[in-house]
Amino acid sequence: MLSPLAQARTAPVQAGAAATPKLLVDGLTKRYGAITALEPTRLEVPAGEFLTLLGPSGSGKTTLLQMICGLVEPSGGRILIDGQDETRTPVHKRDIGLVFQHYALFPHLTVAENIGFPLRMRGVAPADLTRRVTEALEMVHLGHLAGRFPKELSGGQQQRVALARCFVYQPSVILMDEPLGALDKKLREHMQYEIKRLHRETGATIIYVTHDQEEALAMSDRICLMNHARIEQLGTPHDIYARPKTAFAADFIGVSNIFRGQVRRDGSGAPMLVTGNGSFRLSADTPDRPDGALVVRPEQLDIDGDGDNEVRGEVVDTVYAGSETRVLVSLGGEETITVRLRRGTAPPRLGEVVAVRWRADAGVLVS
Amino acid sequence: MSAATLNHDGAFAAARRRLRFGPLWLAAPGLAFLAIFFLFPVLRLLGLSVQDLETSAWTGDHYARIVATDVYFRVLMSTFRIAGLTALLSLLFGYPLAYWLAQLPERQRGLAILAVMVPFWTSYLVKTFAWMVILGRTGVINQILSGTGMPSLPLLHNEFGVMAGMVHAMLPLAVLTMLPVMTTIDRRLVQAAETLGAPPANAFWLVYFQLSLPGVAAAGLLTFISSLGFFIVPALLGGPQQTMLAQLIITQIQEMLNWAFAGALATFMLVAALVTCWVYDRLFGLSSLSGESSGRTGAGQGHLRSAGMKILSALAKASTALGAPVGHALGPKMMDRLLPLYSAAVIVFLVAPALVVVPIAFTTSPFLDFPPPGYGLEWFRVYFNSDLWVSATIRSFAVAFATAILATLVAGLAALALARSSSRWRGAIFAFFLAPMIVPRIVIAVGLFYLFAQIGLVATDLGLIIGHTVLALPFAFVAISAVVKGHDWRLDQAAATLGANRFRTLMLVTVPLIRGGLVAAFLFAFITSFDELTVAIFVSGGVKTTLPKQMWDDMILQLNPTLAAVSVVVFAIVMALLLMAEWLRRPAR
Repeated sequence: MLSPLAQARTAPVQAGAAATPKLLVDGLTKRYGAITALEPTRLEVPAGEFLTLLGPSGSGKTTLLQMICGLVEPSGGRILIDGQDETRTPVHKRDIGLVFQHYALFPHLTVAENIGFPLRMRGVAPADLTRRVTEALEMVHLGHLAGRFPKELSGGQQQRVALARCFVYQPSVILMDEPLGALDKKLREHMQYEIKRLHRETGATIIYVTHDQEEALAMSDRICLMNHARIEQLGTPHDIYARPKTAFAADFIGVSNIFRGQVRRDGSGAPMLVTGNGSFRLSADTPDRPDGALVVRPEQLDIDGDGDNEVRGEVVDTVYAGSETRVLVSLGGEETITVRLRRGTAPPRLGEVVAVRWRADAGVLVS
Repeated sequence: MSAATLNHDGAFAAARRRLRFGPLWLAAPGLAFLAIFFLFPVLRLLGLSVQDLETSAWTGDHYARIVATDVYFRVLMSTFRIAGLTALLSLLFGYPLAYWLAQLPERQRGLAILAVMVPFWTSYLVKTFAWMVILGRTGVINQILSGTGMPSLPLLHNEFGVMAGMVHAMLPLAVLTMLPVMTTIDRRLVQAAETLGAPPANAFWLVYFQLSLPGVAAAGLLTFISSLGFFIVPALLGGPQQTMLAQLIITQIQEMLNWAFAGALATFMLVAALVTCWVYDRLFGLSSLSGESSGRTGAGQGHLRSAGMKILSALAKASTALGAPVGHALGPKMMDRLLPLYSAAVIVFLVAPALVVVPIAFTTSPFLDFPPPGYGLEWFRVYFNSDLWVSATIRSFAVAFATAILATLVAGLAALALARSSSRWRGAIFAFFLAPMIVPRIVIAVGLFYLFAQIGLVATDLGLIIGHTVLALPFAFVAISAVVKGHDWRLDQAAATLGANRFRTLMLVTVPLIRGGLVAAFLFAFITSFDELTVAIFVSGGVKTTLPKQMWDDMILQLNPTLAAVSVVVFAIVMALLLMAEWLRRPAR
């Protein structure tokens, strides 16, 4: 049931919004007894957006997804699609498509019958149904497999059938629950392009769940990073990568070097972070806060190069990854930092003591 | 992956929420049916046993009479003796066969299991008739003996005859109960034990045997309980010394109309069955009967456990000591063949008797000579020209068909309800649906007879259908539950997200996918009813007789080759249905 408070909160939003969002999740929450699977959450998704719910296991992303499609009943809050309250609408009457983690293709139906199933449920005339199924099959390049049973298809082909079965009835919102989780790395990358293409061609609104940060960065218009049953940060991939708001966000997306410490001002009023590894200059636009974590990405670090800040350490490992080489530098004790080696530089020897430097404006101070 | 756990939690909560008006109600028809036609009549019968005949006052007289009267007390004792011996021998003979079946590659195992399924589903009447033909004074064995100039042996109407018939009847049940437990034992554990230094005998007794114990106990439980209520075998193959409780109950009802005394006898049987169940539950947990792990297995109580371990160690030592010289004498090649040879012998013992009946059905002699003097179709002609036999056959078909539909429908709804329910009543309801398998049939039959007599269902087809449905429900329920357990409920969720409502999801997704289980349930229920004698003895009769009842009446009066012809027809029908059920039970495509 909707609390008066929640109603009061949403009222001005509806009045003030220029365009109604395709999907509005408002104060949505889910509790299982004493366990909270999702704290009250607000999320707006404009039409045609590709939004990714990203987070570690148990962060609440799947719960949020399942509540949006109606498989799990919320403990509170509302779900609006095109401005219509759908919170209590039964699953089969919601205009939503869900691509399951393990595809959930009907094993007793052929590929064409699987794709035709949602159309049959909507009473589409047989001739129209056949045409649309054929179109959907063409869209995923599976026209030649219409008469096969799911069991006779490879994992990638099954995935395409699941996608076609979802796109064929053009639901308002398409939800995808780790759809590529069961595929190997190469096929997964290929299917990422396929899904992006389908998104471009159909203009569908897609909410995509994954725990793979590379997948999220590669595919999304916006990423909704989740942790501990709530939204940690919401923004474009570049936003989240370049300007993480928390140490968790910095750590979860990409590789980060994090130094924790107290913020001080030097004589000229420039901000400094005093850490166990020394004092570092912070970028001038750093917001005022007493302490924080300084995030510096590996590609912003330079071995024996220029920079405002410096740490010294011993090279403990170099990792060659094809397109780049990473150097692990031990700062003593458990602490290591990761440095991406500049192109054309020879990697340092193991055991060599090096100076790692970076510019003050390269780091981001987060909570 | 917590997405999976959340999924599960989601389903869990959803199930709990729907409980108010949701799936558990699907079990309601079955619960009501069993309450009226199973629980109530059985309790009523127990009530009768403590009532005075005239005054209806509470009395323990009937029980005192059983214990005080020597004849009755001896019957009680011989019932427990025969049932106990049958269970013991079935386990001893069955264990190696089950062990052999469990280690076969899957494809061959399927075929070999059929060799156990066939005798399991063969009518008790046909099997018993076959033993009469084999063991009789002029039967197969004695003919062979006299042919070689040896004196004939008294094989029938004594303890030997009963034990042969009983063990033959119960062995398949024992094997089929032990097998699922054995196939789930990871054989690598035995290999692990051997790499850790255990001689083969220790690896077997201390690892494999211990892991197979729940199956052994379940088999012992089921064979003992089923044997308790037996009357066909002791009545036809035994003598007065082998009279069992069920025979006494039938006499009390049919000849004396002494309900109270029959009730007291039935109570003894029921209490024995329930006590056995209770002991089993304490040791292993009843849920392991249906193949679910109870978590209690192996974690037995301290003293019992260490005593058991000592016994097993002693057994391991003994078999090492015994095995070494035997192995030496036979050579390694022969040792490897010992188990297959033994298993083949047991399978012959199981299958051969029913096959002996076939030539006799085609005999030209009016007697049960073996081998027949000539072959013809005379006795089939007698069968098909007899109004009595034909109408009994038709009635049996009709009743079995109705029973199969009713049982499949009721059990199907209940299995679907329980599969997705997380209610704390789930276990109790599950047990209730299996209960007609645990309570001896004779107890159910007598209880139903009393109820039917009051509401005018005696000698009606409806009465038969109701009685048979009670007995068939557990089989149908187990068959459907097994398939539903493997059903992927995410497919139903998928159907819902694609726009299918509950009913269409059920009809277009769930039912087609569990179809194999439904058909198997239908056929098992059909066979159960087609074969059923206990309820039919009381509820059918005169012009309303069923095929098994007609066979029973003939077998008690006089043996004749028509019975062989009928047996062959019954055997062929049941086999055809069984093969169909097995074939359909395999996953589609």
